Amino acid sequence: MDADATTADPFADVAPTPGVAKPDPILVADGVQRRYGGLTAVDVAHLELQRGVITSLIGPNGAGKTTFFNLLTGFDKANAGTWTFEGEKANGVRPHHLARRGMVRTFQLTKALGRMTVLDNMLLAGRDQTGESALKSLVKPLWRDEEAANVERAHELLVRFKLDALADEYAAGLSGGQRKLLEMARALMTDPTLVMLDEPMAGVNPALTQSLLGHVTALRDEGMSVLFVEHDMDVIMTISDWVVCMAEGTIIAEGRPADIAGNDAVIEAYLGIDHGNTTTGEIR
Amino acid sequence: MSWLGVFLLALQTALGFPAASYALAATGLNLQFGYTGLSNFGMVAFLMMGAYGMAISADRGWGIWVGFALGITAAVVLALLLGIPTLRLRADYLSVVTIATAEILRLVIAARPSAELTGAARGIGGLSSELGFFRPNFIPEGSYGFGDDFVFNSRQLWSMLVCWSLVLLSTLLIRTWVRSPWGRVLRAIREDEDAARSLGKNVVIYKLQSFVIGGVIGSLAGAMMALDSGSVGPARWIAPLTFALYTVVILGGAGTVWGPIVGAVVYWFVLDFADGALNNLWFEVSDTTSGAFRLTLMGIGLMLLMVFRPQGILGNKKEAFAVGR
Repeated sequence: MDADATTADPFADVAPTPGVAKPDPILVADGVQRRYGGLTAVDVAHLELQRGVITSLIGPNGAGKTTFFNLLTGFDKANAGTWTFEGEKANGVRPHHLARRGMVRTFQLTKALGRMTVLDNMLLAGRDQTGESALKSLVKPLWRDEEAANVERAHELLVRFKLDALADEYAAGLSGGQRKLLEMARALMTDPTLVMLDEPMAGVNPALTQSLLGHVTALRDEGMSVLFVEHDMDVIMTISDWVVCMAEGTIIAEGRPADIAGNDAVIEAYLGIDHGNTTTGEIR
Repeated sequence: MSWLGVFLLALQTALGFPAASYALAATGLNLQFGYTGLSNFGMVAFLMMGAYGMAISADRGWGIWVGFALGITAAVVLALLLGIPTLRLRADYLSVVTIATAEILRLVIAARPSAELTGAARGIGGLSSELGFFRPNFIPEGSYGFGDDFVFNSRQLWSMLVCWSLVLLSTLLIRTWVRSPWGRVLRAIREDEDAARSLGKNVVIYKLQSFVIGGVIGSLAGAMMALDSGSVGPARWIAPLTFALYTVVILGGAGTVWGPIVGAVVYWFVLDFADGALNNLWFEVSDTTSGAFRLTLMGIGLMLLMVFRPQGILGNKKEAFAVGR
């Protein structure tokens, strides 16, 4: 899937080296560190995320991808480092503030709100709701129109994600794949500019993976920036515009999918070091 | 005493002040626990605030309205003091801190140095005459009801009426709240705090609001208990009262609008019916034995409820069984 032919490739002048500067970054991180006791889980020197493209974050298990995600979105506290979102300080900002600024995330283990209906899950995500103030909520005329508009928008999104028939079901009754869809639809309900998806394809059957991929590319085509964590190399090669590879907490490579596929450091991180013919022992 | 007599006596409690005051307190707890998922195991502390606010006001001759105001203010302050440090943390911290605080407060109130303010272990009496709760009683003197067992005097009717009115008012208020987007955020927090956060909701503020509102309703229940009995002492505000309120909430259906009312009525009916049946029909048992026995029956009843209807009497089975995220 190539980027729209009418727009120039934003990565035309970008070299595939870790920490390289991008022409129009939406998120810039510097010296982000997270330590657990003696273990440094994340140690990212510099990373820029280009606006309006799909960037995927890959790496073997334990590479620190999810931790880095949690740091950026305010769900975990960094020991050191600064980062900006849309040019404004984003480190030390609480998660709900970041969400209101347009940085929305999903979770590796889906967090569908089980004992709420699918529609309520969607409505919850509506931005700046008057009816969410404890006092104003008591006067329905103050928020009736807003709620109706949100319901309409929620239904549009549910139709797009083929969940409209389930609007009045409790979210706990959905299948794993439907929950992934719901979480993505719900994230869109917040009108985000940067969508951060933590393993959206994990545990999903191949047919649904295709549909999820379609939804992810649609987000980019609508002008949103996407950062997602993924394991499946095929998936990454198909839809990413840019790939960032982490191992042992640091960024070891970035580049276009083609650059990454042949990158020795990435292959090493995934498959282990190629010792060639040298062996440390003799097999008898 | 006949079966009918036992039945009517139980009905009297189930419709009377005991059920009304439990329903009021349980309404507050239901907002906290049923809708927001806050495990407040020190609800009784909020009742204590209301009761002692009223009693202290009477003692100083400040009157009934100051009494309510004092109780409500104390409940708000207590909720903020307990909530601000603990509601940012995992849910367990709130439970530990609230149950401990309720015990500490009760012991402090009962301690001798507090005698000047709270009457220590003796408590404060003569509230009715001091506050005149029964003086603008619009119900003429006399007894109402039928037979020998289902009878209320005018005072009982008055406190019942006032307390049930408060129950109705607070239930309608909560009903409006939980059906609004504000209530939706509370339910989302109950289901998964992090999900609510990731969608831009300031979780701590909502939890504090729910905790404060629930606490204030609890303090009203405490104030009503003080007004009805005419005295307060420290012995009443023990942890089992909190557990009884949880029983009421779960019995009626946690997270349902009318659950606390149904729960309170059923709770008192079952308790008093068992009591009456044990005492008057089957054996001549001492009060203490039957007291323990009726709680045993209550426990068995709750177990059966959990097995056959875990969502409570009014709960929606589909919602209650909607587990997993």
